[in-house]
This record gives sequence, C-alpha cells and structure tokens, in this order.
Amino acid sequence: MAQTHSSSQSHEDDIPDAPAAPTQAASSDALDDLLAEIDGSLQVNAEQFVRSFVQKGGE
Amino acid sequence: MRVMGIETEYGITNPDRPGSNPILMSSRLVSACRAWAGESTTRWDYGGEDPLQDQRGMRRSRTSATADMLTDAAEFDATAGGVTLRRRRGSWEDPAHLNAVLANGARFYVDHAHPEYSGPEVSNARDAVLWDRAGDAIALAATAEYEREEDERVALYKNNVDGKGASYGTHENFLIRRDTNFDDVIQFLTAHLVTRQVYTGAGRVGLGQRGETAGFQMSQRADYIEAEVGLETTLRRPIINTRDEPHAERSRWRRLHVIIGDANCMDVPTLLKTGTTALVLAAIEAQDTRLGTCVLRDPVSDVQRVSRDLGLRAKLALTSGDEATALQVQRAYLEICRTYVSTATDAYVIARWESVLDMLERDLFSAAREVEWVAKLQLLGRMRSKYATVDALGESTEAPWADARLAAADVQWSQLGVGLVARLERAGAVEVLFTPEQVAEAMTHAPRDTRARLRGDMVSMRPDVLDAAGWSTVVLDRDTSHGDLEVVHLDDPLATTHPILDGLLGG
Repeated sequence: MAQTHSSSQSHEDDIPDAPAAPTQAASSDALDDLLAEIDGSLQVNAEQFVRSFVQKGGE
Repeated sequence: MRVMGIETEYGITNPDRPGSNPILMSSRLVSACRAWAGESTTRWDYGGEDPLQDQRGMRRSRTSATADMLTDAAEFDATAGGVTLRRRRGSWEDPAHLNAVLANGARFYVDHAHPEYSGPEVSNARDAVLWDRAGDAIALAATAEYEREEDERVALYKNNVDGKGASYGTHENFLIRRDTNFDDVIQFLTAHLVTRQVYTGAGRVGLGQRGETAGFQMSQRADYIEAEVGLETTLRRPIINTRDEPHAERSRWRRLHVIIGDANCMDVPTLLKTGTTALVLAAIEAQDTRLGTCVLRDPVSDVQRVSRDLGLRAKLALTSGDEATALQVQRAYLEICRTYVSTATDAYVIARWESVLDMLERDLFSAAREVEWVAKLQLLGRMRSKYATVDALGESTEAPWADARLAAADVQWSQLGVGLVARLERAGAVEVLFTPEQVAEAMTHAPRDTRARLRGDMVSMRPDVLDAAGWSTVVLDRDTSHGDLEVVHLDDPLATTHPILDGLLGG
C-alpha cells in the first residue's frame, strides 16, 4: 500500500504504510450495509459531486 | 472546572445548484434558525466588545479616537455596579438579522461565507460534547425550516476543507488565568496540539492544501497550519493563536483560542480534544516542570508529519535531543496530567485518553468506534477493496486514493443528518456519549454552571424585556424613568446569578 502516500514528502522514510483495514471487524455488517446503500449514487455522480463541492475560506 | 466552548463553521451547499451564493444561503439559514426558535431568540450585542483593543497588542487611546469609535462609552464605567445605560440607536444600524442568540446560550450566525454555531460556555469536556451535538441538531433543524421557507434544498457539512484549497475552522476556547506566562503556553502546549491529532483527527482524503497528492491523512486541518505562533486565523495559520479577547474580566482571564483542531462528528474525539487540552493547561498554570520533556524541535513540520503517519511510528525530534513518536509524547502528557485530576469528568477523560492510546498502539482498527480518522479509514479501506480492479492474470489491485468515489465519501462522511458517520452512528458502529433526549434538551437549555444559564434563561423566559445579548452582556429594554437601554455586565464566566436578572426570571 506504499502508493497511498505522497512520494514528494521529504520525510517519506518516516512514514510507514497505512495499515490495511481488517476484513472482518465487529462492525463489518454495518460497513457493508452502508457501502451497499451508497454504491448506486457514488457510481453515478462521485466525480461531479467532488468537483462541485466548493467552499469559501472562513474563520 | 475549566470554562471552555467550541465554535463550528459548517460547509454549506445547495445540492441542486452547486454555485449558489454561500453568504446568502448562510443568512437565510440564520433567519430559518430564528424561525425555528420562535420567540426564544434575541439579537447579538455588538456593544459589549472593546472597540479600541487592537489585535496587535496596542490599544488606541481614547483621546485619539473619533466620536463614532466610542460605541462603548458608558460600558466601561466600573462605578456603575454591574449595570450601565446605553442610548438607543436606530434599527438600521443593527446587523442582528445575521445573528440568533438562542435559549441554550449559543450564538448562531453568519461568519464570512459560512453558518457558524458558537456553543455556550461550559465548565467541562462532557458538556462541551453535549452542547456541540446540540449545535449540530439546531443547525439541522434550521435546514429543515430553510427548505420549507425557501422551497430549495440545503446541505451542511461538519468538516474543514473543500479539497480545492479552502479551509474553515472549528475553534476551541479555553479560559486561562491572566497571570499564566503566555510563553509557557507557547512552549508547553504546542507538542500537545501537534500530537493529539492521533485521536482528534477526522481523517481526510488528499494530501496538500488542494489535495494535490493522492492519499489519506489523519487530519483535515494539518496542511493549513503554517506557523508556530501568530494572530492570524485565515492565512499563515498558527499552532498557537494569540488573539487576546477574553470576553471576561481582562485582569483575571485570558481566552486561549485554539484553531488547529478538526471538526469532529464523533463524540470521543470531541471529549478528548477539549478534556486533554484543559488538563494540559492546568499543568501549565501550575508550572509543572515535567512539561520540559514535551517540547518539539520542528513543531510546524511535525503537524504534517504526524497527520501522514498512519502507522503511528514516525519519530519526532525533541529539543532535549531525544526522539519520540506522537503516541509517546501523548503518554508523557497523560502521566503529567494525572496530577491535575480534580473532577469526575477529569478522571473520565484520563481513563478514556489512556484506553484510546492503548487501542491505537495495540491494533489501530480496534479504535474505530472511538477515533474518527480510524473509522473513516476503515470504511474507505473497505471501499477500496470493493472497487478493486482485477487484471487479465486475475491479480487484484485496490482502488487508488485518487478514485473520486473515495473523495466523495470523504465529503459525504460529515453531512449533517444523512452523512456516512451519522448512518454508522445509527447502526451502532460508533460510540455516542449522550442520548437523543439529552441532546434535544441541550438544544433549548443552557448549561447551569456558567453565565450561559443567565443568557439562555433570559432568552427563553423573558424575551419581552430583552434587547440583545453577548458573551458578557445582557441588554434590557423595559419601561424605566431614564428611557435608556440597561446593559447588565456578566464579566465572570462562572457567575450563574445576578440580582436584576434573577428578579426578572422569578427567582
């Protein structure tokens, strides 16, 4: 999973790989149910949704 | 007991018309919030602010100020016994339509291009969580009212980035003693704020301010922190913010404004974010010499280093010449803070702090019910497997972090009401600290042990005599011989009684 990290980071060597999520967790059913629920809308418009989520800076 | 409060700026969109004006939507949302509150709301009192206190540490002299700058003339008359008079001003000067002061003591308003909920002053971390959740529930109630009034949809997001470079804040405020040496705060709190990300991070898809590089990191805010100390909150954001506006008696109190934190949709991170920081501040106020072991050599770059260190093994350089991981630095703070436990909530915070560090150390995903970035990483990891591609040889490759479905899920995670974390919560997959009934109660009731009680009770019980309210003032408008407004000063955040207000409240 080394590709999960930026190769442009100067301290790359410090960074261990992201741990892989366990395939069977206690909440496994809840996660799978949720993924099944959102699958349809993500397949259709994820890219457009991400592109159009634009905010102004705040604070 | 430590007076504190959380301010949250929400992301706002019209899902059907993405380009809609966020300032207009935010002000309509505040109107909707006032409609939701019915009679139980009042205007914000801008008069209580000190107009001559420059953020840069100077204070303009009264003689060099023009008459229109002296909006506070009567307010600083210490001989008036806690109540001063104010002349009425024209309603055209009143920006109150962008504000709603609520029965739970909070302020809901427009800040730049975002709706913001500033929670009431609370005395402990558990209450900070409860009134933060109440704020989300109020914001959600306001969206329902908005959609009825405007006949269009509106969506709020409790996050801090849009992935295009913009960041908006979730700020914590802590009251500290004025006699605390601020250099000590800078020196000894910094490493805590840098390393607490391991349990306060909300998780983010994308590395860099614009998400230039694909990947996942712990924190929403890390890439926007660019300085160690400073006044700014919108550019060159510092780890330690030096804004000095106590909203309380200046000679006794300082308000520490913490801007590095993520917006958290989960309860345990909010509990720890506020609870651990309050305990570290107690150690700093006590000038605990053990804090000298917790000073980082490169704190600004360590913010990003920690945020990207999903394996929790990166070594941070200390000024002592040693190295430590973020977890080790957190362990050191935890041991110091055991000395400063003075309430049941403090003890609870220590216990949860220790158990979360244990879980993170032993098995990262055992903390998925408690720690938000871990919960998000677990869900997104599952998505990457689900959307894996298989090549001609049957070799399977997980979906890359650049996959738009992962970025979309990252944003949808934090949508109020229907977001992914809200759904995981309903499925019982993440821990909640309060029942829906307790949250509902906190939407319309203020904490009983700070001055928010007086503000909130006046809003809910005596709106008929209320002109406005601020953090440290309640402005009365009633029949009097002098005909002026009466400004009741609440300079002590822990004052829960006031003779005039108690009289009006019937007890």
